[in-house]
Amino acid sequence: MDFLNAIILLLNYIFIPALTYGSQLALGAIFVTLIYGILRFANFATGDMMSFGTMVTILFTWYFQSIGISLGVLPTALIAIPFAILFMIIYMLFIDKFVFKYYRVSKSPPVQLAMVSIGVMFVTQAVVRIIIGPSDRRFFDGEKFIIKAREFKEMTGLNEGLALKSTQVLTIFVTIVLVSLLFWFLNKTKTGKSMKAYSDNEDLALLSGIDPKRIVMITWIIAGILATIGGALYGLDKSFKPFTYFNNMLPIFAAAIVGGIGNPFGAFLGGYVIAFSEIFLTYAYKKFFMYILPESMEPDSLVQLLSTDYKFAVSFSILVIVLLYRPSGIFKGKVL
Amino acid sequence: MRKNLNVIVAYSIMMGLIILVGIFQSWNVALSIFNLCLISAVMTMGANIQWGYAGLINFGIMGYAALGGLAAVLISVDPVQEAWRAGGFDILMCLWLIIVMVLAIRFILKNFEKSKFRTYGIAAIIVAGIVIIRITAEPGIEAIESVNPAKTGFLGGFGLPIIFSWIVGAFFAGGLAFIVGKVALGLRADYLAIATLLISEIVIAIIKHEDWLTRGVKNVIGLKRPAPYEVDLQTTEWFINLVEKFNSGKLALISNLADRQAALNQMVIEGSSIFVKLCYSGLFLVVVIILLILTQKALYSPWGRMMRAIRDNEEAANAMGKNVVKQHLLIFILGSAIVGIAGAMLVTQDGLFTPGSYRPMRYTFLIWVMVIVGGSGNNFGAILGGFVVWFLWIEAAPIALFLINFFTAGMSDTHALKIHLIESVPYFRYLMMGLGLLLIMRYRPKGILPEKIEIK
Repeated sequence: MDFLNAIILLLNYIFIPALTYGSQLALGAIFVTLIYGILRFANFATGDMMSFGTMVTILFTWYFQSIGISLGVLPTALIAIPFAILFMIIYMLFIDKFVFKYYRVSKSPPVQLAMVSIGVMFVTQAVVRIIIGPSDRRFFDGEKFIIKAREFKEMTGLNEGLALKSTQVLTIFVTIVLVSLLFWFLNKTKTGKSMKAYSDNEDLALLSGIDPKRIVMITWIIAGILATIGGALYGLDKSFKPFTYFNNMLPIFAAAIVGGIGNPFGAFLGGYVIAFSEIFLTYAYKKFFMYILPESMEPDSLVQLLSTDYKFAVSFSILVIVLLYRPSGIFKGKVL
Repeated sequence: MRKNLNVIVAYSIMMGLIILVGIFQSWNVALSIFNLCLISAVMTMGANIQWGYAGLINFGIMGYAALGGLAAVLISVDPVQEAWRAGGFDILMCLWLIIVMVLAIRFILKNFEKSKFRTYGIAAIIVAGIVIIRITAEPGIEAIESVNPAKTGFLGGFGLPIIFSWIVGAFFAGGLAFIVGKVALGLRADYLAIATLLISEIVIAIIKHEDWLTRGVKNVIGLKRPAPYEVDLQTTEWFINLVEKFNSGKLALISNLADRQAALNQMVIEGSSIFVKLCYSGLFLVVVIILLILTQKALYSPWGRMMRAIRDNEEAANAMGKNVVKQHLLIFILGSAIVGIAGAMLVTQDGLFTPGSYRPMRYTFLIWVMVIVGGSGNNFGAILGGFVVWFLWIEAAPIALFLINFFTAGMSDTHALKIHLIESVPYFRYLMMGLGLLLIMRYRPKGILPEKIEIK
């Protein structure tokens, strides 16, 4: 019984939250990695583009709520997301046309493009804050829990409850569907394959008749989809605040690099590596050991490797270690 | 004269703008903008010698500035004797342990050949070391933090004049840059940018949460000043006389004695804060001028030529026998040290250290906007960039408000859109910075004052 309790405890406080957080990071990391692989620059506007997509989702959600459309137990945001994606794709293509294209055509060094993306970051951040304001917003509606902690306790008779939020299930489910679709697209369709070829060797790809304009456009479209869904899922699960989204850029970068930048599958796993290590290292295992160990050996302290204040620092330290020992990432990067 | 015309014109316009603020808003505002412009200029010069001279991207400016600020605290605050008695021994023990750990790792690195076994050994030493250090430090940290937590709760500093911290801050930042440079300088440009950004976040996390050293988010307030206090000035004989002399024309117009006294008091209060700001301006100006002379000398020295050669063609410079790795490390340390000075100056001016206020937007990306806008590789450009961008950063809100009122003049004051826009005025500064950066990068990629290399 104690053993079961310990497992439920870990599931409830480590496994499920880490899986959710990891999925959110993974979507962002694939976004970063795609831009890096095909457009060849580090996009510092990642976090703010995600916050822009989320903002549009929220605005549509409010609109649907005001005219009385809802999905019952599911959040209204789910209907809003497709519209937001459409809007976001237009925004991305707009930015590309007026900002990034010039530097791409004149073959500027990647550093210059990264600097330009900082300009885009400033502008996007300003637009988001001017339109929706900097404050914390929750836009989740519908049924909050699938399993409540108390119900679970009553059902199983265990001491530990397992709470399963609907946003967590939604996040994991949507991520799996989206990522499988993306990998199917990249690996099986002709366009996906030509994207891979373009990422691998631009000149060769051009010689074999691949249209770079089309590749770039499709990249931005996929990026728009990933940014909106990733951002909206994070906002549904936690809450929407522009500043948090800007900060999320850092673990997302860490995930992309840890997985090998330019490699979408690596980025996908990198998200989970970062999320799990953040939560593993900062969780206080006292209760876990109380269940597992006999009473005489119970620990006095919290048995916490690092205080939760250092949550972000953990992912950055992993990144620094990876950069030192395997700069190409855990899974060899730079091949889409 | 002629070839420096654009420099002179640009600086005159900038000074004119600040003077206009003085006339139309108040001299207090103008001087505080001027002081922060000077501090920004120092930070920009630090980033500029890394990016402009050597082509290294350092997105960790925030971390170095915060370390400079930490130096200001550690130098100027009086030591908290009680805390030292309570936990000083444990902390010193930890320091010893860290030194032993580093020496052990160095020993292994020197005496064993590179192998998997060695890597695991080092990892084991680091993990074991961290665990031992935590166990030793924990009681000490708890004891220190429980000493009068509302007021101190930390070890305090050395109780020296805060001016020294400008030099110490440079050493702190340079020390961190040495470690970071050793680790990260081999990386490609954009990897280096991300790595330095994340390392600076780690530095901030440590400063924020190690309360025994920095008081963390509880902030350190009331730091010593290198300038006189306003309250003291207001009761000093010579200062009141000075203000009276300065404003004698205005005072003579008031015939009533009581009124004149009241007016004088008001002037003394205002004058005292202007006087204090002027003291800071003088100090900062000295730093900026010294740094400008040094960096200008360096730029035109053989060393500067070598740095440019390395920047423009690393392989060729390497083939000519220049040690690229060593020079990169050197310039990384120098630039970061200058940012450290600026960080210490900033805390000195504010008189308080607030670790929570170090955010990458303000301390890293804004400084980079300054470097790009001003003109990378040109010291005068860097300083000008610091001035222009900081001026706009502060004055963006009034400008935006003016523009909003201008464009929505047709709407009534209760129109929802107008109210919403006016409420979000503070965020227009981001818009302005972003658009400015994008426009400069597109139409004047070398900045307002581009790099000019004359062979002398």
